Amino acid sequence: MNLHQLSLTAMAEGLAARKFSSRELTQHYLDRIAQYDKQLNSYVTLTAHAALDAADVADTRRTKGEVGGLLAGIPIAQKDIFCTEGVRTACGSKMLDRFVAPYSATIIDKLHRDAGMVMLGKLNMDEFAMGSSNETSFYGPVKNPWDVTRVPGGSSGGSVAAVAAGLAPVATATDTGGSIRQPAAFTNLTGIKPTYGRVSRYGMIAFASSLDQAGVVARSTEDAALILQAMSGFDPLDSTSIERPVDDLVGGLGKSIKGLKIGLPKEYFADGMSAGVRSCVEAAIAQLKALGAVVSEISLPNAPLSVPTYYVVAPAEASSNLARMDGVRFGHRSQEARNLEELYKKSRGEGFGPEVQRRIMIGTYVLSHGYYDAYYLQAQKVRNLIYQDFKRAYEAVDVILAPTTTDVAFKFGDKSDDPVAMYLNDIYTIAANLAGIPAMSLPCGFSDGLPVGFQLMGNYFDEARLLNVAHQYQQATDFHNQSPKEFL
Amino acid sequence: MALPAWEVVIGLEVHCQLMTQTKIFSGAATAYGAEPNTQADAVTLGLPGVLPVLNQQAVKMAVKFGLAVDAKIAERCVFARKHYFYPDLPKGYQISQYELPIVEHGHLDIEVDGKVKRIGITRAHLEEDAGKSLHEAYPGMTGIDLNRAGTPLIEIVSEPDIRSAAEAVAYLKKMHAIVVSLGVCDGNMQEGSFRCDANVSVRRGPDAPFGTRTETKNINSFRYVQQAIDFEIARQIEVLEAGGTIYQETRLFNPDTGETRAMRLKENANDYRYFPDPDLLPVIVTAEDIAAIKADMPELPTAKKVRFESQYGLSPYDANLLTGETALALYFEDVVKTSGAEAKLCSNWVTGNLLAALNKSGKGIEDTPISAVQLAGLVARIADKTISGNIGKDVFEAMLNGEGSADEIIKAKGLMQITDAGAIIKAIEEIMAKNPGQLAEYRSGKDKLFGFFVGQTMKATGGKANPDALNRLLKEKLAG
Repeated sequence: MNLHQLSLTAMAEGLAARKFSSRELTQHYLDRIAQYDKQLNSYVTLTAHAALDAADVADTRRTKGEVGGLLAGIPIAQKDIFCTEGVRTACGSKMLDRFVAPYSATIIDKLHRDAGMVMLGKLNMDEFAMGSSNETSFYGPVKNPWDVTRVPGGSSGGSVAAVAAGLAPVATATDTGGSIRQPAAFTNLTGIKPTYGRVSRYGMIAFASSLDQAGVVARSTEDAALILQAMSGFDPLDSTSIERPVDDLVGGLGKSIKGLKIGLPKEYFADGMSAGVRSCVEAAIAQLKALGAVVSEISLPNAPLSVPTYYVVAPAEASSNLARMDGVRFGHRSQEARNLEELYKKSRGEGFGPEVQRRIMIGTYVLSHGYYDAYYLQAQKVRNLIYQDFKRAYEAVDVILAPTTTDVAFKFGDKSDDPVAMYLNDIYTIAANLAGIPAMSLPCGFSDGLPVGFQLMGNYFDEARLLNVAHQYQQATDFHNQSPKEFL
Repeated sequence: MALPAWEVVIGLEVHCQLMTQTKIFSGAATAYGAEPNTQADAVTLGLPGVLPVLNQQAVKMAVKFGLAVDAKIAERCVFARKHYFYPDLPKGYQISQYELPIVEHGHLDIEVDGKVKRIGITRAHLEEDAGKSLHEAYPGMTGIDLNRAGTPLIEIVSEPDIRSAAEAVAYLKKMHAIVVSLGVCDGNMQEGSFRCDANVSVRRGPDAPFGTRTETKNINSFRYVQQAIDFEIARQIEVLEAGGTIYQETRLFNPDTGETRAMRLKENANDYRYFPDPDLLPVIVTAEDIAAIKADMPELPTAKKVRFESQYGLSPYDANLLTGETALALYFEDVVKTSGAEAKLCSNWVTGNLLAALNKSGKGIEDTPISAVQLAGLVARIADKTISGNIGKDVFEAMLNGEGSADEIIKAKGLMQITDAGAIIKAIEEIMAKNPGQLAEYRSGKDKLFGFFVGQTMKATGGKANPDALNRLLKEKLAG
């Protein structure tokens, strides 16, 4: 078996048994990146030298008998939204094309400094995570390894393409409205967005602060659980992170799901889903029933309001968060500016791409004097209703199951001229962000040879249960083990 | 019919830097005067990805202030983002409070011309200070120093209850005394730790609607406040009486000319697009928190004034003067304690000679050349009649000149009061012998000449005769 087809646990065992070194493992991925990434464009920055150095450190420590964690010496790639000290952190934008972060995000420290993982490089993404197709990146679109004429989804397009094509064993990702789950579904991966506040946002470049949450995309639930375990936990540097112990996510896998109550929100199963997606999701429901789960229909009556609510809240926060990109202290500064006002207008006009500018304008508008009540305040009220819907639902069921996307990965350019069609991509994923609940997507089949995912949404801090259900499903199915043929 | 006289309406916004060790949302230091940008960490710089973490010390200080002005402390207050672009504002927004400030509905009693007046405090909210733009240092360019950015402030907004520059200054002085005595602000106005924006308008009498107001920004001395407001009142009246219009605008005070000038029209000002900061949780202040803070509060100027009146038997005027500044009150109490003398005598020396000397040299009580212990030494010698009050003035002058302690000066100059009856009688008898004519006149009923004999005897004793003893003995001897 090829190294890149091993699970993280198998890699850890291989390293422990000295079947291969961290350097060999790291070099294997660097070689594959060199061989395949021209086709995919998943990496924006490779940190090959630093990676090999880190691998050597892990190997030396292992030789000396120093006890490292399970993940020590295993490579990972980082979405370019996380600040990495000394390494360019561009967030998919010309604005930060030359921004070298002077500090590292908390999760970067947790994964590398604490867990001893090896960073291969930084992954492509939609500009400032605004997009559902990875077409808004300043560094060009990422291709879907399952069909390079199709999008990998967004905004974590680089993360999923790299993992799906075996150019990284696992990758971090972020999810503001579905940016982990939708691309995971499009590339046959398992992706989880934990509860808001479970993983620190410190050092993760903010898109919409009240919705952003970091997570992971992986080749299996077990891999995802291992990484999420290492990322999670309270961070005193993030006031919205929650001081609460992290459950044993890996140890929690392997429990029977007999009697598990699964709710199917009728609003998610109405029109809108393609026939291919519908049949795969229905098969997944049947499989879970076969494993002993009890399935019932539930209602999330305000869920259909998610998209309009999101497209008020997220741009409002984004317009504010991106105000610091002013060309004064870091980032792109226009060479054409002759006075202060031009410094702002030209630096921002040149540095931000059209989708980011569109969202800044929407956000500025909805926060403006005289419109605030009608838009932002109203959206917050609806958001509360959506939250109440979920709260009520979890009194009756343990997890909620829904499709992740309406259809399989679409072709480049299909939706890029129609922002509303593009925004509707997130119709099934957004509610979880608005409510702050954990949610994941996992593979459940193929439609015309393209992967289909389904979504599991859990109650607050119920990641362990969510992952166990997913793991039980993956124990009984083989979809997640399929890899794109061109990248074997 | 004559128009009603102009009435001045003033509301003040005080920006008060809190004396926390670190910034309101990061661990960077807040000390003044460091090399530019050496106190700007990643959070202060507003780098991508950084997040604010609230300094609980700042919350405590704001609560302390609220309690000191009898205000309502919000159980739940919220930080909001106030957006505008300026190079010394790193994030493109200032974290402030908008709809739900931490302190609301307080008041401050001020005293002007012996009359007490209550000034309402609308609110006080927590916010971060901006950095500084340095326009002079770099020709054709602007330097940015972000050391100050993120320093915690409370912005204290008064009701438009103030009716004159004198009231405004009294309000600010009282406010200054409170925040300094609370230990929440160092009160250094030159460094901008305590500065004020004055909203001024005029109207035709108390029943007329408010006139259009101007806001004069960042005034950093009591004298400038007086000047800026007086200038603004005169300017507005002149414009209005000439049939002109006052525009709602922001103005700047120029200390060199004593004038204000228009900076920008408020109508064109930014739409700040306030919204609750999603990076920060609402701040909850419980009744227990408030009780704990209350227990930790130092004595406030008003309470201190009342205590000075009752404990020391001081007049309201003296008590007010002595408690106007925490350092002065401390100085006074030190003098009382160290000298063991009567408080009234101590008060006379502190409010009289000492303050006069300080005023003359333009010094504050912090820089007094005569320490409380020194002054106590002098007062003690007056109290125990070693010297008279008049001689005390000479000793005080000598102390100002650095000639040593009261005892050293008294000894060196031989200023000890003569209380020995024999010595005084000897002097009296000499004077009587030298002035037989005056003695005869006195004895024939010209009582007024008693003063002459007092003066002569004092002169003969070098001013050192104990006045009481002198009077008594002189009366006896003159009576014959």
